[in-house]
Order: sequence, then structure tokens, then C-alpha cells
Amino acid sequence: MGASLTVRARGITKCFGEVVALDAVDLDVTPGRIHGLVGPNGAGKTTLLGLLLGLAVADRGSLEILGVPVGRTLSAPDGVAGFVDGPGLYPSLTARANLAALAALRGRDARTAGVDDVLHEVGLTDVADDRVRGFSLGMRQRLGLAAALLTRPRLLVLDEPTNGLDPAGQHHMHRVLARLAAEGAAVVLSSHRMDDVGALCSEVTLLRTGRVVFSGSVEKLRAESGDLEYRLVTTAPDVARRLALDAPDLHVLDDRPGGLRAAVDPEVGPRAAGDALVVRASVAALDDLVVRLVGWGVALRELTPVISPLETAFLALTEQQDDVREQREGAR
Amino acid sequence: MTATIDVPVAASRPVPVLRGYRFELVKLVSQWRVRALLLAAWIGPTVVVVAIHQQGTLPADTVFGRWMHATGWAGPLVALGFAGTWALPLLTSVVAGDVFAAEDRLGTWCHLLVAMRSPRRIFLGKALASLTVIGLLVAGLACSSAVAGLLAVGDQPLTGLDGHVLASADAGRAVLLAWICALAPTLALAAIGLLGSVTMGRSPMGLLLPAVVAFGMQVAQILPLPVAVRLALPGYAFLAWRGLFTSPAQLGPLLVGIVVSLLWAVLATVAAYRVFLRRDFTTAHDGSGRRAFTAGVLPLATLLALTVAVLGAATPASGSGIDQSKLQRSLATAFAHLYRAQTQELHRPDVTEAQLQTSATCTKGDGLVANSGPGSGWRCVVSWHLPGTSAVGNATYQLDVTADGRYVADGDGPRAVNGYFMVRTPSGDAPNPLWRFDGIVDLLASTGRG
Repeated sequence: MGASLTVRARGITKCFGEVVALDAVDLDVTPGRIHGLVGPNGAGKTTLLGLLLGLAVADRGSLEILGVPVGRTLSAPDGVAGFVDGPGLYPSLTARANLAALAALRGRDARTAGVDDVLHEVGLTDVADDRVRGFSLGMRQRLGLAAALLTRPRLLVLDEPTNGLDPAGQHHMHRVLARLAAEGAAVVLSSHRMDDVGALCSEVTLLRTGRVVFSGSVEKLRAESGDLEYRLVTTAPDVARRLALDAPDLHVLDDRPGGLRAAVDPEVGPRAAGDALVVRASVAALDDLVVRLVGWGVALRELTPVISPLETAFLALTEQQDDVREQREGAR
Repeated sequence: MTATIDVPVAASRPVPVLRGYRFELVKLVSQWRVRALLLAAWIGPTVVVVAIHQQGTLPADTVFGRWMHATGWAGPLVALGFAGTWALPLLTSVVAGDVFAAEDRLGTWCHLLVAMRSPRRIFLGKALASLTVIGLLVAGLACSSAVAGLLAVGDQPLTGLDGHVLASADAGRAVLLAWICALAPTLALAAIGLLGSVTMGRSPMGLLLPAVVAFGMQVAQILPLPVAVRLALPGYAFLAWRGLFTSPAQLGPLLVGIVVSLLWAVLATVAAYRVFLRRDFTTAHDGSGRRAFTAGVLPLATLLALTVAVLGAATPASGSGIDQSKLQRSLATAFAHLYRAQTQELHRPDVTEAQLQTSATCTKGDGLVANSGPGSGWRCVVSWHLPGTSAVGNATYQLDVTADGRYVADGDGPRAVNGYFMVRTPSGDAPNPLWRFDGIVDLLASTGRG
């Protein structure tokens, strides 16, 4: 099993002085999969990514990358590419010159190394000859990805790759990562955006204060979410509210239109104002409510989870949900 | 728990040093300030030398400055004096002092380490690239000033610091050698720049360190320090090249200066290398005063102390290295050489130094202070035998002696010999070589030798 893994980490511990950044972390990354690394700030994600990139050495534990044990030397094995803490690019060079210098470093001719191809792939062809000094964060992220692609990696390690990306940039990023995975490369990425994780990753490792609190498929993580909060907009808010209050195993979180949500979340407030109803329920209880609404002739215009299942699972597993609830109560 | 982190790595192939060097060179040369410095180094001296040639005033307070209208070889030497004092410390600051800190500032260490796969090779690449750029800057200063001097004035013979005349070919060789000698202290400053850049990270002190150290050494050279301390400082070699322009050449201080500079260069580079290999690349580095002290200041201070002790024990000179007998000998020699030059200007029969039997008597502060050390209170009477007669000529000089052994002799009469800046020759007025001239004392020579 271990031989077929791109990354096999067992009991990895890394300390910075008295701070334990990683505490006996296990990690398995499979070729052809996109593996999400999630966790609150300070959970140890970047430290773990740094170990994979050869930027730091573990104090204890074993780490194999692409089937080779990682030694004490600071260096990434061949076939590993990526970035942590943002892509490293030189502002005085153009996008093309940055990539050409990188290709030359690898002993490849810039003309045949595929510089233009990777620039095209990340959507930076039009600005290829502009100096990186004027690039936005999103453009730098895309160029960082292009730099990683240039080395044809078998393991791509990315720290918050969608930070600063506009929807088009996110689309580019998702498409490129999906293609890489389809071609057999393993991708490990950290992200605070659970929608990214849900859309891209097939496997997730959730870290909290340096420890693994969850590791498995995205579906399995989604199932950890338990009861979710849903927002309903109907053609008859009063009837819907009455039916919800009468429904078993369903908890109405705001008993007046727009009240609670508007108070808690300014983003939700204007949309909730007037007709919205927010409930917490299991999927079965929610199905039952929908059936009852339809039975009463009430049309359902919108039904969305207030917090996505992945985010709910994240909050639950990192024990931040209580904090969020306390904030809501305080706001109320 | 398994611990396999001692297993040697087999699958990581670091980038060859040559490619890393090219990569670093591309990054350095792409910076506008490095390009501007290169441009300034290759053009600036030309502009200055030509401008001086165009105007009547000479930079007489600079060694060889008073000869800039007489020979093109004076231009590169004036430029060397200026470069050692100001230009090279600042240039090495901008290049070597920033070569590592720039990665901290840009947040590119992770990228670089992933790309190069070896901190050792990163260090080598950066050190070699910065040395290359510094080398280009030094070459620019030297070539630009020499070419401008030769084109604007010509390759006439050069009068040395003891008054003897160097034929143009000899002058060219000596100028080239002087610039090559200046590479040693430049290397020391560059290594200090690397050390500052590594230990201080994004802190501006890293960038300024070579300039601050150079400024400190300049101040030290002005102070009346014991000769052993003066020669133990790496900046002394920026002055010691002057010894190449005497006959015989004052090689002792020059060799000591070069060796000391190279020792500083090696030690500072090794210290920078050790600090660099121990750093954590995953966090921003803003410098650490403690690390700078233990890794940088302490080893260099130890080297300084050891060098002072060795030089103090091994050299015959003591105190400031400037005493009455050395000064008298040096002045008499220079006067004899320049007297011959004046004789030729006046179309008088040639005489030799041996015929002149020149001697000098110097006192400091009218005998109220000890006849040793630097200062402007030296007054000397030079005596020489007029050929074919039993008469003895006397001429008076006021000497301003600086702590580095250089002096300016200012003629105080008689007017026909050294009291006026011009002499009347059969073809018209000409500059009087005996009126005011530069000289130099060998700080390491034992008392009685000049």
C-alpha cells in the first residue's frame, strides 16, 4: 500500500522552540487525487506543506515522498513542486522571464520547456511580457501555479492557491488541478475555503493545533456535519413558519422574518428580510417539511444550507461551532 | 514511532552550482538599481576625469590629484582613492548587502529552495553572482577612469609618491596592480555584506553593514591609532596600494593589508555560510541582534585582536609608525627626485640624486612636542649639495602628515626653489614640482628607513 502512495507520513512531529506545530501527524496522499488540508489558523497546515516541499525537516517520525524516505537535508525530492506562503516570484522579471529562469535552472531551454504552454494554461498569455511587479495577487497565484507546472510535478503542493483569484482565475485553477490529477499527479492543497475543498478534493485531512482530527474522503467529512441549518424562501412565509414549528425533529432558528439571520449575518440579512425562514434539521426532517409545504400548496423558491455541510463539519471537528453560536447569541 | 529522518536522500538532485549562479546573476542584473550602478561605474569616472581635465582646478587634496593635468595615469589613481573611501563600500552594500535580504523582502525563499534543492548551492550561487557584479563594478571604475585619463591627457610618465618618475608602461602596470590590490578589501567588504544580509534579513542594517563598517574603518584610519591596529583593519589595503608608487615599493604594508583583507573575507563568508545553513526558511527573517553578535561580530573581533597581536609582535614598527627619521628620509628622497625634475624643466645640466646628497631635518611643533606621529606641525629643512660647488642649498617645508603615513609637503622658500607654484623656464612659466608635493612614509619600516 505504502509503495503506491505519493506521500506517506507517520508520526510526524515538528516543534518550533516550545511550540508544537505538528504532533504525530499521519498523512497518506494517493496518486491521481487532490488532497485537501484544512484547519483553523495555526493548525500546522503550512508547516506540513513545508515538510512536503523540503523547506523544513521533521523532528520525529517518518516521511516518504514518491517512495523515497525524506532525509535531514533541506531539499525537495525530484517531482515535487509548489509553494507555501504565496508563490515566490521576482518582481523585476517579466512573467515569461521568471519561468524561463526557472526552466534554465532545471537545465532546460526556455523555448522548449513549455513556458508558453503553461502561461496559456493558467490564462496569463496576454501579460507574459509584463513585469511581475504590477501583478495582482490572483495573477501571482496563477503564475506560481505555472511555475510549478513547468517542472511537470508528480506531487504538487499548494498553500491557499485560490487566494485572491477572481471567478475566472478560480476556474483556471480548478481546471488545471483537475487535469493534473487526471494525469496521475497527486495534489495537496490547503484552503480556508470549504467550497474549494468540496469542489476539488476527493480526500481531506483536517488539522487542529497540530493534530489530525479527521482524515478521509470528502463524503465522509460531509457526513460528519450532522444536522444542518437551512434557509427557506416560500410563497407563503407565515404558513411555512407554522408548518415548521409543528414539524417534529426540526428547530426553527428565527421566529420572525429576517430577525435572527439579519442580526447575525449582515450578508444574509437583506436576502432573509421578509420571507426567509431558517431552520436546523436532519435531511429526513427537512424532506418531511418540504412534502408538507407542497401539500399545503406552498411553493418553495429557495432552499439552501446556511453553512455548507463541509463547513459545518469543519466547525464541528475543530470545535468552533460553539464559538459561532455564542457569537450569534451575543449578537441577538 | 519510526524515525527515519537520518536516511540519506537519494531522489533529490540539487541544481548544479553553475545554473544557480546564472539564475542569481539574471535576478541581480534585472534590478534597476544594479543596472544603474553598473552604468554609473562604467560612465561616471569618465565624466569626472574629463570634467577635471576641462577645468583649471585640480583635486590636489587627493593623492595624485595634482598630477591629473600632467598624465592620464593620475585619473585612475584618483578614482581608486575615491572608490576605496566611498564608492566601493556603497556599491558592495547595495549588491552583497542585499543579495540574501532581497529574498526575505520578496518572500521568495521557499520558491528558491524548492527550485534549487540545496541551501549550500543557493549560498554559492548568490555569493558568486554578487562577486561577479562587484567585479564588474570595480572593472568599470578602473577601465572608465583609465581610458578617460589616457584619452583626455595622454600616457605621459607619472611622478610617484617619492618623486621618482615612472615611465608610462611602468605607470600602467602599477595602476593595474593597484586596482587589483584594491580587490582584496573589496572582497572583505563584500563578505561583510553577505554576513549582514544573512544575519539581518529584512532589516535595513544588513544592507548598510558594509558601508557602516567601511565608514568606521575610514574614521579609524584618521585617528592616531597604533600601526598594528591600523594594519589589522581590512580597509587599510584601500590605502596601502600607494606603496606601489615609491622606489623601492613599500610592499610590507601592502602585503599585510591584502592578507588581512583576505582573512576577513574568508572568515565573514564562512560565518555567513554557517548562519545561512542554520536558518529556518519557512518563516520571515527580520534579523537577530544576538545571532549577529555571536555569528558575525564575535569571530571578526577575535580575528582583529589576533591580527593586532601578531602584527604588534612581528613588525619592527611601534606607535603610530611615523617618526622623525622616517619622515626626514622620505622627504629627502622625494626632494632629490623632484629637484631633478625641476632641473630638467629649467634646462639645467642634469644631476643625480647621489650628487645632491640630500638630507632633511624635521621637527614637530617647534620642539614642544615629541618628534613623532601625524600632525600638521612638522617643519623640515632640506639640504642638498649644489653640483660642482661646495655650497649647500636649504629649502624649508611645512608638512601635514596624516595618520596613514601620507604627507603633503608645502614649500616655504626660498622662492626660486620651492616658494612659488610656478617656475620660469626658457619656454615660459611651468608648474614648480618642488612647491607642493605628496609623499608617503612606510609605517612598517624600522626607524631610520624611509
